[in-house]
Amino acid sequence: MNEALTFAFERVVPGLNVGLWASVGIIVPAALLGVVIGILAGTIRVYGGVWLRRVTNWYVALFRGTPLVVQLYFWYFALPYVHIGGVSLVLTPMQAAVIGFALCSGAYQSEYIRGGLLSIKRGQLLAAQALGITPVNSILFIVLPQAFRRALPGCGNEIIYLIKYSSLASIITVNELTGVGRGIAKATFQNTEVYVIVGLYYLVLVTLAGWVLRFAEHRLAIPGFEVKNS
Amino acid sequence: MHNDTVVLRVENVVKHLGGQRILDGVSLTVKKGRLKVLIGPSGAGKSTLLQCINFLLPPDEGTVYIEDRKINGKSRKDLLWLRQRVGMIFQDFNLFDHLTAMENVRVALIKVKKMDKRAATNRAMEELARVGLADKSGLYPAQLSGGQKQRVSVARALAMDPEVMLLDEPTSALDPELIGEVLAVIRDLADAGMTMIMATHQIGFSSSLADEFLFMEKGRIIERGSPAELLARGSCSRTMAFCAKLSELTGELGG
Repeated sequence: MNEALTFAFERVVPGLNVGLWASVGIIVPAALLGVVIGILAGTIRVYGGVWLRRVTNWYVALFRGTPLVVQLYFWYFALPYVHIGGVSLVLTPMQAAVIGFALCSGAYQSEYIRGGLLSIKRGQLLAAQALGITPVNSILFIVLPQAFRRALPGCGNEIIYLIKYSSLASIITVNELTGVGRGIAKATFQNTEVYVIVGLYYLVLVTLAGWVLRFAEHRLAIPGFEVKNS
Repeated sequence: MHNDTVVLRVENVVKHLGGQRILDGVSLTVKKGRLKVLIGPSGAGKSTLLQCINFLLPPDEGTVYIEDRKINGKSRKDLLWLRQRVGMIFQDFNLFDHLTAMENVRVALIKVKKMDKRAATNRAMEELARVGLADKSGLYPAQLSGGQKQRVSVARALAMDPEVMLLDEPTSALDPELIGEVLAVIRDLADAGMTMIMATHQIGFSSSLADEFLFMEKGRIIERGSPAELLARGSCSRTMAFCAKLSELTGELGG
């Protein structure tokens, strides 16, 4: 047991701590971007014109309908070979991971936002219209703040998923938690210890995210919009 | 308070919804300070008429004039101008659920009238005081009773300084014991000279305030006249028959 602890603290933890920062560097921007994309796409899917709606629906169908691994391969391995007007885009592994996760997460987030928007009674839009509030302002200041509160538990759930699927970044060579862990396991053959510790790191990340999300729910709570049983 | 300035004129408005002719050529004129009451069975087109007047439902045919200005339903400028002059009260209040009572009244002052926050807040508090809710300004709709919600919605409309108010069955969604407080606010408005068109089933209440009853059926105004005329003993008006039926159901006296 002592040996295992020494191994954990001398070999595994220092390596994983480096990987942790890479993971956080992917998760935080991807989660924030995902929420922003989700709000935009979700709003367009409910209130947009015919063509905007069609395009965002295609986006969601594409990113929910293909495996995330394939999407990541595309952004990292395939994109450099896509030439548009003689120009091609080469992403670093980190950039490819953030873009890949944000676009995938945004597709799911837009579903939660859309559900939230549809739960707001149309009468409030009529009242806003009758007061002379423009359609864009009605959506921004009347409907979205309510829809976002309704969607928050779902959006939080998606962020929890994102934390865990961020481990896929290791397959496009990002040295994040899982990638670093795999390296240590290969070099030391101590698979059990390494992967248990890697799992614990994710558990801590998810727990922390859960706290942050619950804090956000409490901050945004309004009578009539309480999140019960959280 | 009454004078002969025409505030609102509606000419031959026709509206189809879902393939049905809901409004079949409705015309009416409202002079300053008058209260017109729309009565008639459900489905007669009362709500549709009110929503056509401020273009929440654009009329298919016909014209709406506010203070002699013909409203072009395709012009955003016209619609904004119209909606700043026409206040609307809905049957189910339609308060903004994420805003306090004060913020509900204030939001359009800031977004539409471009008032600064402090002035808008002061104005909102004044209007809430006017409907007797100054002490509830910090509460959210979920914390208010139905009657209080409707009074907030009246304050919200009044804050915009409308020339005319459209009231679409303002008490129909309320529990019986809450109707009185809303009717009292409407009576105050009438006494203060507000020009109004109200769809309602509160015949007893409105007959004491209304200048004219407009009885609607199948998308048309089929009878119009003062409440006294239409509800006179021995009158065989359709209004009388309808009100008699109503009072049978609700126990309210038809005049």
